[in-house]
Amino acid sequence: MTNETQRILKISILRYNPQVPEDKPEVVTYELEEADGMTLFIALNDIRERFDESLKFDFVCRAGICGSCSMLVNGKPTLACRTLTSKLDDEISLAPLPMFELIGDLSVFTGKWMRGLNERLETWIHTKEGEKKIDADRLEERMEPALADEIYETDRCIECGCCVAGCGTILMREDFAGAVGLNKVARYKIDPRDKRSDADYYDLIGDEDGVFGCMSLMGCEDVCPKDLPLQSKIAYMRRQMVMMKDDE
Amino acid sequence: MRVAYTDVLVIGGGLAGLRCATGVKERGQDVILLTLVPPKRSHSAAAQGGMQASLGNSIKGEGDNEDVHFGDTIKGSDWGADQEVARMFVNTAPKAIRELAAWGVPWTRVHRGDHQAIINAKKVTLTEKDEAHGLITARDFGGTKKWRTCYTSDGTGHSMLYAMDNRAQEQEIKVHERMEAMSLIHHDGRCYGAVARNLMTGELVAYIAKATTIATGGYGRIYAVSTNAVICQGMGQAIALETGVATLGNMEAIQFHPTAIVPVGILTTEGCRGDGGILTDVDGYRFMPDYEPEKKELASRDVVSRRMIEHIRNGKGVKSRYGDHLWLDITILGREHIEKNLREVKEICESFLGIDPAEKPIPVRPTQHYSMGGIRTDYKGESQTLKGLYSCGEAACWDLHGFNRLGGNSVSETVVSGMLVAEHIADFCETPESEIDISTKLIKEFVDKEQAKLEYLLEPKQNAESPYPLRHAMENIMMDKVGIFRNGKDLQEAVDELEELLIRSRNIEVKHKTLTANPELFNAYRVQRMLKLAICVAKGALERTESRGAHAREDYPERNDKEFLNRTITSWPDENQTMPKVEYEPIEIKSMEMPPGFRGYGKDMTIPHPDSKIRQDEIDSLREDLEAKGADRFEVQDALMEYRSKLPECYQGKNERLWEKFDD
Repeated sequence: MTNETQRILKISILRYNPQVPEDKPEVVTYELEEADGMTLFIALNDIRERFDESLKFDFVCRAGICGSCSMLVNGKPTLACRTLTSKLDDEISLAPLPMFELIGDLSVFTGKWMRGLNERLETWIHTKEGEKKIDADRLEERMEPALADEIYETDRCIECGCCVAGCGTILMREDFAGAVGLNKVARYKIDPRDKRSDADYYDLIGDEDGVFGCMSLMGCEDVCPKDLPLQSKIAYMRRQMVMMKDDE
Repeated sequence: MRVAYTDVLVIGGGLAGLRCATGVKERGQDVILLTLVPPKRSHSAAAQGGMQASLGNSIKGEGDNEDVHFGDTIKGSDWGADQEVARMFVNTAPKAIRELAAWGVPWTRVHRGDHQAIINAKKVTLTEKDEAHGLITARDFGGTKKWRTCYTSDGTGHSMLYAMDNRAQEQEIKVHERMEAMSLIHHDGRCYGAVARNLMTGELVAYIAKATTIATGGYGRIYAVSTNAVICQGMGQAIALETGVATLGNMEAIQFHPTAIVPVGILTTEGCRGDGGILTDVDGYRFMPDYEPEKKELASRDVVSRRMIEHIRNGKGVKSRYGDHLWLDITILGREHIEKNLREVKEICESFLGIDPAEKPIPVRPTQHYSMGGIRTDYKGESQTLKGLYSCGEAACWDLHGFNRLGGNSVSETVVSGMLVAEHIADFCETPESEIDISTKLIKEFVDKEQAKLEYLLEPKQNAESPYPLRHAMENIMMDKVGIFRNGKDLQEAVDELEELLIRSRNIEVKHKTLTANPELFNAYRVQRMLKLAICVAKGALERTESRGAHAREDYPERNDKEFLNRTITSWPDENQTMPKVEYEPIEIKSMEMPPGFRGYGKDMTIPHPDSKIRQDEIDSLREDLEAKGADRFEVQDALMEYRSKLPECYQGKNERLWEKFDD
């Protein structure tokens, strides 16, 4: 129905298959006619179907909620599925998200990294030893409505890894928990159902791989696709941990 | 040959699979979970609006209980559901939500005192009770008598999935990511596990288990436009079908959600309408009250979707280059409400449509959303024909939803079915008959067979086919001919054309000759399997010459209880065939708690079964007698259809509510 000429997009993709020993990383450029409402999800599928069926990338929900498709779009970490090409110049560069194990082309193994992080920070509700099992037949424990909302705010993280890719600290300290990790600890810290003490949290993040490693460059917050207030969460945890130190 | 042994193999890492895995682990069984993607990226995360459980804490939920939830579910299913399963489900849902609350889900809570709500496009003030303060609240959803859908803003599935996966990590459940189950290992009617393929290296691994559970979600991606994640391709159902032994139930029962955005088909939650949003047409006119004066926008999903298409056919759609659509208007709810309770919707509108839904209406159209059909199981989640194969969640048809699922009942079902099926599996694993004595020879046969199939896909062929054109052709046939309104002519064409595509798909040649990470390769074998499922759907729809729930035949508009109060059972006994075997399993009216009646939408088009009236009279007199004797609702229910003894013992208890307090 529209008669206006569509732009021709030049999409350059950093391609590399680490499974093939002789393969070398190279940038390959594909030319594609833009369509109305085109996202990088649509564009990449188009490229795969029309130009190179071996192109690797990860999409799951394609709606900006599952965190699978993070990549560098013109150098900036973001979710590809909800990036409209109309908001970009006609020359677009795509590269895999750094800091994570590369599976091939734009596909990275963020899941493995996040699983390791969750294990290390024990991102689950810790009950007190000896506390009796919940009786799910009975009325649930009450919670202040405002507190439930506050916990949900921090619970909105989708583990996409953009904050890790945008972090300056992690370049120097590869074991840094990152904004994703520190935000999670802050989430459990405000949750009264989690019975861990400040000392327990201090053991987890009271060092330079934790809350004292952050250099406050704020890259994480700039690139967070969910607009989480990561810096204030890190600052909150740091204050808590400093107070903890003072108490000692 | 790599072989891994475990007690229980779970295929699928969404809510159902995770809950099942943690349940069997808690019972002391060893478990391995296979998943295509990291569990937290599963499609369960996309469930926005909420989970039904009859807690009845909020003022608009007062008086709610299992009986009301049961009635809504059966009516919603157009009497296709298994009533015992529905009873087990409604009794377990409150326990499921309370358990999740203890595990960290930040459910939105009741706040005492006044708050504003929009009901029937008018502002009203609701007053919440003091004693309910801090308990889990609920919102309104379609097809329910009470406000029963519990939520966390509109990120319910996300919060639930994260809490569940975290719990799985706490329990140190072995999760094998990026592993795809390729076939089930079975012999003589007994399932022994699965052959799986590592999607990064291409390696095939045999997983051997006493019990194998498929929890891979639905098969929505056989349609061109679906709200489903791109991984919802029905591979769990397909590998069950390919055993030739396991059966699928009600594959033609496909739900279309009224409000997915146009053109990309991403969902906007039913919570939009539950919270007071309305549907309008090209003239900005609110049309639903004309069609459904009582429930309006909050009629059941199948009904709203059909009314929208009818209205578009009446020339009232909004024209766009992507076809006609209607508007979902939530501006009336106000910015504050939208930014707090519908923020995912707002983000989606901003990212994909470039509009602010607090200012402008959202372009929507009914879109494929949910698979009521799936692997046919009994109430324990076990296949009726393949011992040791279990299934739960959307992948299964145990059959909670019949021919139409209520909004909010699916996330609820994922967790509830995971809880119940886990107990039944653990019980089974504790019996001597669960022990297996499978030979490595048999394992090798299955692994070799998969290897050979993969290698054949790479072989050069004459008139070779490519997977993508075949997939697009299938997707379009399903959209055009097996959609919301169906008729015999289109369905016959669909079946014939899909059969043709299936035959062609046997001649696919993968151009990139590598068996390692290779998207062309997985697209090739998946399209072959998706075509089989698509044929099951189309064939089931063709042969079901009646209209029931979401299956609407223009040439057979009546719900025909006389001939079709049954379940469609599909199997594929011979892999060289190009058509499935379709049979029917009767649904007994005589043992029902709630015999078939009028659903209450439009005009009554039922061709009744004579047993319906007999059973209804029986129930009425039984109820009258019992109530005269002072029986409570539990005793009455028990007399009508005893189900409690079939629940795992740990879930047989009653549920406490504010006005049904337990004595301490």
